[in-house]
Amino acid sequence: MWAMVIKELRQMRRDRRTLAMMIVMPLVLLVIFGYAASFDVTKVEIAFPQGQPPGLALPDPFESVDTDQSDPVEILQFGEADVAIDSSGPKPVAYVDGSELFTARAALQAFTTAAAAGAPIQTEVLFNPELDTSAVLVPGLAGLVLLFVGSLVTSLGVVRERQAGTLEQLAVMPLSPRDVFVGKIAPYFLVAAFDMVVVLTTGWLLFDVPFNGSIWLLALGALLFLFVTLGTGVLISTVSENQGQAIQLALMTLLPQVLLSGLIFPLESMAAGVRWIGYLLPLTYFNQIARGVMLRGAPFEALILPLGLLAGLGLVVFGLAVLRFRAELAPARRSSVKVAA
Amino acid sequence: MSFGMDRATIELGGRRALDEVDLEVTTGEITAVIGADGAGKSTVARIMAGLLGPDSGTIRRPHPDSIGYQPEAGGTWADLTVMENLSFVASAHGIGPGSGRLKELLAVTGLETAGERLAGALSGGMRQKLAVAMAMLPRPEMTVLDEPTTGLDPVSRGELWGLLARVAGEGTAVLVTSSYLNEAERASHVVVLDEGHVLAAGTAESIRASFPGELGVTGAPPTEGVPSWRRGNTWRVWAPEGGLPSGARATAPDLGDVVIAAALARREP
Repeated sequence: MWAMVIKELRQMRRDRRTLAMMIVMPLVLLVIFGYAASFDVTKVEIAFPQGQPPGLALPDPFESVDTDQSDPVEILQFGEADVAIDSSGPKPVAYVDGSELFTARAALQAFTTAAAAGAPIQTEVLFNPELDTSAVLVPGLAGLVLLFVGSLVTSLGVVRERQAGTLEQLAVMPLSPRDVFVGKIAPYFLVAAFDMVVVLTTGWLLFDVPFNGSIWLLALGALLFLFVTLGTGVLISTVSENQGQAIQLALMTLLPQVLLSGLIFPLESMAAGVRWIGYLLPLTYFNQIARGVMLRGAPFEALILPLGLLAGLGLVVFGLAVLRFRAELAPARRSSVKVAA
Repeated sequence: MSFGMDRATIELGGRRALDEVDLEVTTGEITAVIGADGAGKSTVARIMAGLLGPDSGTIRRPHPDSIGYQPEAGGTWADLTVMENLSFVASAHGIGPGSGRLKELLAVTGLETAGERLAGALSGGMRQKLAVAMAMLPRPEMTVLDEPTTGLDPVSRGELWGLLARVAGEGTAVLVTSSYLNEAERASHVVVLDEGHVLAAGTAESIRASFPGELGVTGAPPTEGVPSWRRGNTWRVWAPEGGLPSGARATAPDLGDVVIAAALARREP
């Protein structure tokens, strides 16, 4: 038995990546969960397009934000605030953005407390009036599917080619690295797009998830997001020697995105350091785009920032993936090589 | 036409994988690069296929589009059928399905009845024949096959060498690597590698003839200090300067003896 234990320990010691995963991952998860796993909302942004009514004190966790918009619904649609007060009528109405589930619940709770203290205000939840969890989760889950197919499945597909020796075969065939790269990822692109349509249609049919915005805008967001995830998949494959390593690396990119993208825990509730990790993750922006389009019916102008950041991330990750893949497929042909006539 | 490498040297992973290696691969002939594991055979194949460039030396090879290559790992797509594998390579080379080349190759390799079988479901010999067929498909000027016979039974190896002779007969320069010394007899030209160095080169006949000194056979282990090696249940005793020890019966060296003697001479000059 001891011989077996010693053999396993020796193998474990030499498999540095798995060892690092076993030791570092629990620590990382502990830190992330400790600082990120919080449903407590400490800040709700509130806008007063017609100015703050006199005598309306702002209880915690409300924090006033400036806005140029005059329409409270548009303020929420553009994501400028979580709550917008319409004080044009005889009695102020608080419009609450239902696409941000925990923030909306915190706002409603605060208004209920304020009403009990003698400051009644009428509330109306927009975009997700029932504060349905599935309505908030399904758009982000579509992103998770794209992430899974784009990163994990793509990386496995490329690593499998290398292990079978067929990547070398491709390298000597009269195909340009671009042909191989595009030809390799195009099918995954199509499958991921199909998966996304299935997830969204299923969400709509089974969970009544609304679709209030432009399908083309969501398609644009998905396209940019897919560029990042497919690029991540190819990058993972270029640094993985076998499928096991590719799975490990893909999981290491998937897990932080699930936890830190705002898909489950609100970004605003996270500690600043952890939140900034979230800002580097593509799912964070796809989540914002998908929720914005599907739930709030947000127009293009409202989503320029997440679309632009996603495009920037795509440019960096996809560009690196192309460079690494090209280097692998078209090794240096040095000057000492002569092409025999 | 002749392809090859002149004084090619390359370091891989901090180790000199090839050290001033010369090699000729001539049209219509088979050149075999023979050596043990780690001798540098695959490095030679990968350099000639265009996958690696040497640190120094000169490589003469055809245009990349005119090189057929079978990597050591096989290079067939296990989850595609035989026909799909061939069709893919054909379309990459701009060969249409109506050219008749695919059917011709299926017939040549004896894979006519296996066209619809998955490559992953083929026997080792059939899979290697498919790999050779894929390398032959574009009628390349040079075909590089990295250990195509490794792991095959003697019958399949024989069939595969027959196929390679046919490839050379089509006017292709064929470079084959192998760890089986007896396969050198089937090649027109042989290069024996040892730790990245050329131990011997030429025809099998000329390599045999190059054996320096005298070779003897004894039934018991020779005295210490005499260069010797075991062959079956007897011992070979080598006298580089001539003069075999008493009790040793003189014998003609075979290719294996020449290579072992050359390796001993290189390591213990």
